[in-house]
Amino acid sequence: MKSLTASYGETVVLKDINFAVVENDFIGVIGPNGGGKTTLLRIILGLLKPSNGKLIFNRELLDEKSIGYLPQMSTGDINYPVTVKDIVLSGLMIRKGIISRMTLSDKLKAEKVIGELGLSDLVSSTLNELSGGQMQRVFLARAIIGDPKLLLLDEPGNFVDSSFESDFYEKLKELNKRMAILMVSHDVGTISSHIKSFACVNGNLHYHDSHEITNDDLLAYGCPIQLITHGDVPHTVLKFHN
Amino acid sequence: MDTGIFQYDFIVKALLGAVFASITAGLAGTYIVSRRMVFLSGGITHSSFGGIGIGYFAGLNPVVCAAVFGIVSALGVEYLSVRQKIREDSAIGILWAFGMAIGIIFIYLTPGYSPNLMSYLFGSILTVTNADIIALGIMSLILILYFGIFYRTIIYISFDEVYARTYSSYVYFFKYLTTSLIALTIVLNIRMAGVVLVLSLLTIPPNIAMIFTRTYSKIALWSILAGFAGTTTGFLISFFAGIPVGATIIFTLVVIWVIARGVSYLLTRTGKLKRGI
Repeated sequence: MKSLTASYGETVVLKDINFAVVENDFIGVIGPNGGGKTTLLRIILGLLKPSNGKLIFNRELLDEKSIGYLPQMSTGDINYPVTVKDIVLSGLMIRKGIISRMTLSDKLKAEKVIGELGLSDLVSSTLNELSGGQMQRVFLARAIIGDPKLLLLDEPGNFVDSSFESDFYEKLKELNKRMAILMVSHDVGTISSHIKSFACVNGNLHYHDSHEITNDDLLAYGCPIQLITHGDVPHTVLKFHN
Repeated sequence: MDTGIFQYDFIVKALLGAVFASITAGLAGTYIVSRRMVFLSGGITHSSFGGIGIGYFAGLNPVVCAAVFGIVSALGVEYLSVRQKIREDSAIGILWAFGMAIGIIFIYLTPGYSPNLMSYLFGSILTVTNADIIALGIMSLILILYFGIFYRTIIYISFDEVYARTYSSYVYFFKYLTTSLIALTIVLNIRMAGVVLVLSLLTIPPNIAMIFTRTYSKIALWSILAGFAGTTTGFLISFFAGIPVGATIIFTLVVIWVIARGVSYLLTRTGKLKRGI
């Protein structure tokens, strides 16, 4: 990304962003609500055109088609009559034309990915029969079925049930061997133990090559975020700042 | 006059009408019920009445005028609610009443008496022309090809439009195209069931199918079959009892729906059907 600026109408959300993702990165994107985290993902996905600057792909490693995307939960209609298997197969649509047929190997692949995420029993279920955690795994399966080189996760903490949370991050760690991961989250405490580096987005972007997110970093970069500490007694510290 | 041949022609026409109405209404109905566009479809139906009125007044083909009205209002609602930030249900409500108002004004202004007006409101197999049947037949073919060829593209856009936009730049094209085809389907079926009743022809069959199955393609298939059962049975009853065909078909479909719910309830209670309602 080179001197990239994004705006909705007159409102500039991201200003002069310079940022690069390389192979096997596991970057946590943190920042306050309205700071432009989701906008950053929308730019990478091509849903929003930057008003200035450029998004550059190293075409030997990555193109628009090798991006996997796990959206926030709200996008799909959970009552739609479509099975888990068909939802996962939609992750392959990026490589298919509008007149698309799924081959037998596509279907086997879908079943394999679904199995890896422990959903084999639910292949023919519809979303309204699933729990929040199961739904997220379905959408994760959809994001990774095409073997992306870059996986974008938008607030995955929002709908992970706690029983699956550690499994989920374990799975991400495994996936990270094959693909770079960019994870948007406001839950700084949880992600800091999983990521390799982080970027703070609040109108502009500061990249930090460490997984330790300290209060000083947050203050220095003008990233007013709630910090959640690790420890026996869970508690929340709110820092006052200007 | 040879009443035998007249009756034979009439029954063939009615039967073909039932087949094509079931196919078009089943395919379009599955789409609108899954995407929860039933209210929008009601708006399309009633606004197309404005086209019928203008058609009468100007001496043009009312079905063609209704089709134009239906498509324009369908696209208008999608456009207004997305671009102009008007609530979708309010936009539909306005177009719904506006179309009816236009229709009533122009029919009132048309000199002479319009004997077919009632048939547009409540449907009549008697006034269905060969051209209407052919148009419905062509529409059946178009819808079968359209949903057959673009099946995954269409259902994935309806299921998760935001995600679909991440991989396809044709999302709006397909949304508007499908909505236009739905509008055409509704208008062509108005001749059979009438403005007031046609919506049920689209919505009841998928609801019968959804009692027993939950995947899109199966719902579409069973909707067509349920629609055919309802339209033919309804037609026969209306023929022998001498009551209006559109109303009889809808009544029959609702009876089938109630029976299907009952059967599903019993099967679920006795454990023979895994997933009831």
